[in-house]
Amino acid sequence: MIAIEGIHKAFGANHVLRGVTFTVEAGEVVCLIGPSGSGKSTVLRCINGLERADSGSIRVAGQELGDATLPAIRRSVAMVFQRFNLFPHRTVLENVVEGPVHVLKEPRAEAEARGRDLLARVGMGDRADEFPMRLSGGQQQRVGIARALAMRPQAVLFDEPTSALDPERVGEVLQVMRSLAEEGMTMIVVTHEIAFAREVADRAIFMDGGTVVEQGAARAMLTDPQEPRTRLFLDRVLRPL
Amino acid sequence: MNEFLTDAALFLPVLLRGLWTTILLTLCALVVSVMLGLVWATMARARFGPLRAAAATIINVVRGIPIIVQLFCVYFVLPEAGINLYPFAAGVIGLGLAYSVYQAENFRAGFEAVDPALLEAAKSLGMDDRLAMRRVVLPLGIRIALPPFGNTTVMLLKDSSIASTITIAELTRAGQLLAISTFKNGTVYVLIALLYLAASLPLAAGVRMLERRMATR
Repeated sequence: MIAIEGIHKAFGANHVLRGVTFTVEAGEVVCLIGPSGSGKSTVLRCINGLERADSGSIRVAGQELGDATLPAIRRSVAMVFQRFNLFPHRTVLENVVEGPVHVLKEPRAEAEARGRDLLARVGMGDRADEFPMRLSGGQQQRVGIARALAMRPQAVLFDEPTSALDPERVGEVLQVMRSLAEEGMTMIVVTHEIAFAREVADRAIFMDGGTVVEQGAARAMLTDPQEPRTRLFLDRVLRPL
Repeated sequence: MNEFLTDAALFLPVLLRGLWTTILLTLCALVVSVMLGLVWATMARARFGPLRAAAATIINVVRGIPIIVQLFCVYFVLPEAGINLYPFAAGVIGLGLAYSVYQAENFRAGFEAVDPALLEAAKSLGMDDRLAMRRVVLPLGIRIALPPFGNTTVMLLKDSSIASTITIAELTRAGQLLAISTFKNGTVYVLIALLYLAASLPLAAGVRMLERRMATR
């Protein structure tokens, strides 16, 4: 489904990705974990072209990412942002139907009916006509997920979806993501929620210094990592004292 | 005081006709300045370098010439090139062009203040640059640009008095003619000042109302 092959990316002198390679199969849930600045988010942003990799190749559903294929790939891969990035001048429902109506050219009535279904699915059915600013972070993020799903994506990229939330609000978002995973959605999740990765992900990938240090079945790897660097990271995250 | 009132009653019909022309001139020039301003501001954001350079040149040149000189150029110089305009049309074009650069700077600042993360969200939904501009940057940027826009619009109303120099019988010129023929300078100019205020205060209030209505809730 998604194949990343030896991608490099530098911002000026800052070499963020140093040859990252991994693949994600259709229906798989993969968690990208690692310290801040390890390049996790940059990998994600390269997949839907928000950043352009300096070298290496990215293939999505058999198509090589490039100028010609970018529009199609962006339509098939949706993104959920750390800071939600909902459009503040549009209501919750308008946010959700924005892509279907204006990019997919779906009839508005059809898109709205589908949008209301999606909002109900993320538990936001009764807030469709509110503006995003009136919602809590967890609610905004659930709308962000509905907006991503409205594009009928083949895969969803999550960029630290719970990092900007009140601790109390993390669970409601993770639950939505879990049900999405159980329905077989292909997901790449950059997260610091190790418990979520262990419970929900099929595979975990640990990155540090712009490279993949270790990857494997999520439960096994996050319970008993093989690499010392992974072990150190998990120790620090799970036992901060 | 009594004399002022009887004079005012006599002068007001003439001045109100002038005020009507002032308002019409301001509104027409406003439409021209907003449309041109949006064009300059969009050009200033273009990926194509020469387009950006052209926008910067237009803005600097127009901003660097006094409005009264620009009006003279439109009204007196264009006819020599075979383009004859009615005074009112010349006023609309001259004021509209002169103010388009200020509007452009208002809009440009507004567009630049739109959170780049929202542009990323638009792109991640598959929008191309044009669609993202139309659906996200334009509506949000205009909201941000509204307060300076209101300021500029009130300035345009006041500067429309410069059109009196190219024979347009707007409020200032109507008043000048009255003052010259009646020698009641005091009464006439106090009335003109009050009439400008009567037009500009509601205008400012209108823009503030627009701001509140368009505020993102």
